[in-house]
Amino acid sequence: MNAIEVSGLVKRFGDKTVVDHVSMSVAEGEISGFLGPNGSGKTTTIRVMCGLLTPDEGEGRVLDHDIRSEGLRIKREVGYMTQKFSFYEDLSIEENLTFVARLYDLDPVSVRDTLEDLGPTSRRKQLAGTLSGGWKQRLALAACIMHRPKLLLLDEPTAGVDPKARREFWDEIHMRASAGLTVLVSTHYMDEAERCHRIHYISYGKLLASGSVAEVIRDAALTTFVMEGDDITRAAKLLQGRNGVDQVAPFGLTLHVVGRDGVALEAAVADVAAETGVAYKQGSTSLEDVFIQFMGQSTDNMA
Amino acid sequence: MSAMFSFRRLMAIISKESIQMRRDRITFAMVLGVPLIQLVLFGFAINNDPKGLPAALVTTSQDHYTRAMVSAIENTGYYRFDHVVASAAVAERLIQSGAVSFVVTVPSDFARRVQRGDHPQILIEADATDPSVASGAISTLGTVAAQALLRGQSAEALAAEQSTAALEVVVHRLYNPEGITQYNIVPGLLGVILQLTMVMMTSMALTRETERGTMENLLAMPASPLEIMLGKVLPFLVIGGVQVVAVLTAAKFLLNVPFVGSLTLLLVSIFIFVLALVLLGYAFSTPARTQIQAMQLTFFFFLPSLLLTGFMFPYRGMPDWAQVLGEIFPLTHFLRIIRAVMLKGADLQGVATPLAALMIFVAVFTLLALMRFPRTLD
Repeated sequence: MNAIEVSGLVKRFGDKTVVDHVSMSVAEGEISGFLGPNGSGKTTTIRVMCGLLTPDEGEGRVLDHDIRSEGLRIKREVGYMTQKFSFYEDLSIEENLTFVARLYDLDPVSVRDTLEDLGPTSRRKQLAGTLSGGWKQRLALAACIMHRPKLLLLDEPTAGVDPKARREFWDEIHMRASAGLTVLVSTHYMDEAERCHRIHYISYGKLLASGSVAEVIRDAALTTFVMEGDDITRAAKLLQGRNGVDQVAPFGLTLHVVGRDGVALEAAVADVAAETGVAYKQGSTSLEDVFIQFMGQSTDNMA
Repeated sequence: MSAMFSFRRLMAIISKESIQMRRDRITFAMVLGVPLIQLVLFGFAINNDPKGLPAALVTTSQDHYTRAMVSAIENTGYYRFDHVVASAAVAERLIQSGAVSFVVTVPSDFARRVQRGDHPQILIEADATDPSVASGAISTLGTVAAQALLRGQSAEALAAEQSTAALEVVVHRLYNPEGITQYNIVPGLLGVILQLTMVMMTSMALTRETERGTMENLLAMPASPLEIMLGKVLPFLVIGGVQVVAVLTAAKFLLNVPFVGSLTLLLVSIFIFVLALVLLGYAFSTPARTQIQAMQLTFFFFLPSLLLTGFMFPYRGMPDWAQVLGEIFPLTHFLRIIRAVMLKGADLQGVATPLAALMIFVAVFTLLALMRFPRTLD
């Protein structure tokens, strides 16, 4: 059984289709990354999955409960961490946790355990509103998993969090997943996407790709050349708009040139290399290259 | 544990609300401060039947008829002759500048005309820019003037005069014989205070969840709409109870407003009224996205209610359409109950109609609140 199994989900706000026939599945115990640019429908899709929004079309089961009719059961077995910190800023850490524990009908012991896990007991009386971004995120995560959910939905959990806290956060997620927790996490960060077992890419409400990182890169069928030399700035200018060239992006002292049509791309690159005297060789396509390709294509679709 | 309702979840929400209420010092101070300030202002500062108003006397003669008339006017308590002037022009300047509210002119031939029985006249000019200032003072004058003249006249004339008085109108000012404004205002004030604070605080407490984004989280957790609603409403009922005790105590011991009816009946009515208000505030909060909007909605409702419910101005004095409009405010019905119970000693039967109206409000608002409550973020 998959933890999440949705098909043909459509959600409209007014005449705007925010989620457009999205079908996806997340296997139990898997960490799934949910990627896409801002406003692509990630948050809406997650809200539909946890019963906060009713889909206009489509069906879905989350933890084998119907997302239309069994919202209350889903709520009890799912932990949902919102994009914006949404615990009570005028309550202390301890009061927030106690509130959550009582709503889920948990033993007070679970609050004590969670507080111990969180660290220094001196902070427990601190109002949540005065916590730093990293601490707010730790509190939110702790509150979401206190009732031992089977599925964790995380909506851009690491936005505005420093790298060390992000690392710790992902270590925690992996630890929980190995203990059987299923995680769906939306993110902008490529390094985070690469920490997921599988990724789903959504843009303008449409799911464009699903699979492991390697699969998504392979399926995108892009060719990449890396150019290196003194004159790469001029090379970049010359490459713009050439047949077969989809992306030109400087990476430090090198230039990444990406395209869908490998033959045309190589011809263009060889041409420019001869003219500017820079060296070139075939490189490996990165996940970021693929996403930028996706973003360029979907904007075209919208226009 | 039932899926739809759990006492533990309800208690969780109540205790969370109570902590937040305690932390929000300004709101908390307002809830207790507003009733006290309003009570002092309305209780001590406002008077619809003002007395001892400054007046100017224009007279040139000093005969005993004039003196009798002036002292009779002064004895009504409404006039205080600060200025005695000889010319009408001076008096006009005084009333125009607002230095006096009345100008009483006793013509120089007043005494002669009285003696001749030739329609003596005195002129009273009142500054009627504010009608309520003048009305009480003027209404007493007719009888006063007649009596004053009688006393000034001889015994035979007195007898003759009395024989002609075939019709006598007797007026009893029931329930409030002295016409003390506070007796009318203070019970009404309890309704107004409850209305303002209960509706506003409830609507803001719920909107705060939407505004701060905590509603999304609350909805994602297993709390049912009924639990959330009760959890939000009950703490405010307690606050309302505190206000009721404060105002009733102050009314009794500070302002000496009589309480002739049944306290139990009043408390039951208050409870139903507060319940209606809190539910109304709850219903207000559902379309509002921000606390400011909730506040604006509250005032949009609050201001006409001050004017149309009979709190400030007589309900019966309004045109029919305004009276119909007034019926849609719970406060209108509550004012009828509290004034009837406190001042007139009405029993359950006496207030059955307005009480039933309040119950209808409760039922309608409950339905509205539950229907409008966002189970989802749609």
